[in-house]
Amino acid sequence: MRNPIAEKVVKIEPSGIRKFFDIVSEMDDVVSLGVGEPDFDTPWHIRDEGIYSLEKGRTFYTSNSGLKELREEVCKYLQRKCHISYDPAKEVLITVGGSEAIDLAMRAMLDPGDEVLIPQPCFVSYLPCAVLAGGVPVTISLKEENQFRLTKQELLDAITDKTKILVLPFPNNPTGAIMTRKDLEEIAEVIIEKDIFVLSDEIYSELTYDNEHVSIASLPGMKERTITMNGFSKAYAMTGWRLGYACGPEEIIKQMTKIHQFAIMCAPTNSQYAAVEALRHGDDDIKVMREAYNGRRRYLMHAFKEMGLKCFEPFGAFYVFPCIKEFGMTSEEFATKLLEEERVAVVPGSAFGACGEGFLRISYAYSLDDLKIALGRLEKFIRKLKEKQNMAEEEK
Amino acid sequence: MMREQILTFLERNSRIDLKELAILLGSDEAVIANEIQQMEKEGIICGYHTLIDWDKTSSDKVTALIEVRVTPQRGQGFDSIAERIYNYPEVQSVYLISGGYDLLVILEGKTLKEVSGFVSDKLSTLESVLSTATHFILKKYKDDGIILSKKNKDERMLVTP
Repeated sequence: MRNPIAEKVVKIEPSGIRKFFDIVSEMDDVVSLGVGEPDFDTPWHIRDEGIYSLEKGRTFYTSNSGLKELREEVCKYLQRKCHISYDPAKEVLITVGGSEAIDLAMRAMLDPGDEVLIPQPCFVSYLPCAVLAGGVPVTISLKEENQFRLTKQELLDAITDKTKILVLPFPNNPTGAIMTRKDLEEIAEVIIEKDIFVLSDEIYSELTYDNEHVSIASLPGMKERTITMNGFSKAYAMTGWRLGYACGPEEIIKQMTKIHQFAIMCAPTNSQYAAVEALRHGDDDIKVMREAYNGRRRYLMHAFKEMGLKCFEPFGAFYVFPCIKEFGMTSEEFATKLLEEERVAVVPGSAFGACGEGFLRISYAYSLDDLKIALGRLEKFIRKLKEKQNMAEEEK
Repeated sequence: MMREQILTFLERNSRIDLKELAILLGSDEAVIANEIQQMEKEGIICGYHTLIDWDKTSSDKVTALIEVRVTPQRGQGFDSIAERIYNYPEVQSVYLISGGYDLLVILEGKTLKEVSGFVSDKLSTLESVLSTATHFILKKYKDDGIILSKKNKDERMLVTP
């Protein structure tokens, strides 16, 4: 029989998170700090609207680009929160989660050989999506000393004649890093000068602490070269509803819509009705959740300091990214040992790119009570490691 | 702003450790303690209660909501009649209400008889009380923002991207 599998798919490595998930799910009594989704339930008024739409029998396809009301609400929302105006008729596409928007943008924009700049550590989808779209992923290793922000110089160093898209994943999963207005202004200059496009993944835009999120598309000269993608998963705790959107220049959105039309048809109708409610009446829910996350973030930073675990202070998303280099183990070794000895699941930083080696992703999408239990175990683990290190030094 | 944040936490958990609260709010323990003390003095914080689901205990309790229509008194409005009612220790709450009746009285007693005795002997005999309507609570689903029967279980996958 012929080989049924395409070579480019075989070459894509499975996600490092998947490997870890398989180990974790075979164990009992595990306290996990490993999830990438909110611990809150979708606010009731949003769920209720979803139920209502089912009761009303709204079980048909919507238009390919999504419900008109939803696209209008998305535009109002982006105007209100990010100060960008998009035309709901031509510049918005409702997608199946933010993930689909990433895939569509790459497929709509890349010709074979086009390079996609991907700052790492980052979410696991960009690289495979670029490859599947025929592009060439080029990673940029972000540094802890820059608080994992993308600097102008790093960008300049990575750009070639073939560079077409820069993926800009901030607030960042897994580091929790954000880009301030000043940081964005600096790189925007380069982007315009080198004539490249930006795929700005702003799925965590509502989760920034002490700093307001800035959309790169709101900077002068950037809207026409930016695909802004966002969704409902993180802001409204709606991961399972699978709903996101992409906004950008008409010519790009038009081609993305074409692919979406043939591949997916439309995003789930039920979720779209619920999302209209979320955008209309959900601002207060976001505020409550954001404050809860912020408290936990402070709590974790404090606990790390007490137990002597080094960590830069992140101001976005719901992750902290402590450094474990001093313990002389790889991230995967550390995470595996922590899991085996103390039954705490965290994700090795290396799952988010080679430069994530030496770090761990710890999620604080957990109640404070759960965090306390996990931190107690982590503290015990770190204490044992430090004692061992001290003993080894004394022997010398 | 700080006060509101403190109150939001205390309303949910009045037993929260002050040191912990200070960390969560990014403030100092002394500052928080001082604010709380001030709010106690100013009567903003009026007490620290425990939410109990008495149905799960062996003690019997009956709770009734009583709608009371009254004649307001010259110069005092509803205040003096409200006072006559709220001074009874078995009365849990008294609210002045807009709409079809005037006062909503929440009463706790050991038995139906005890509650009805209070209504017929004490409440309805007050001079300015025109009428009463008593409703007994059969089951509490949610009290003070807490769903009493709900068990929270984390059903998320353990590790996700």
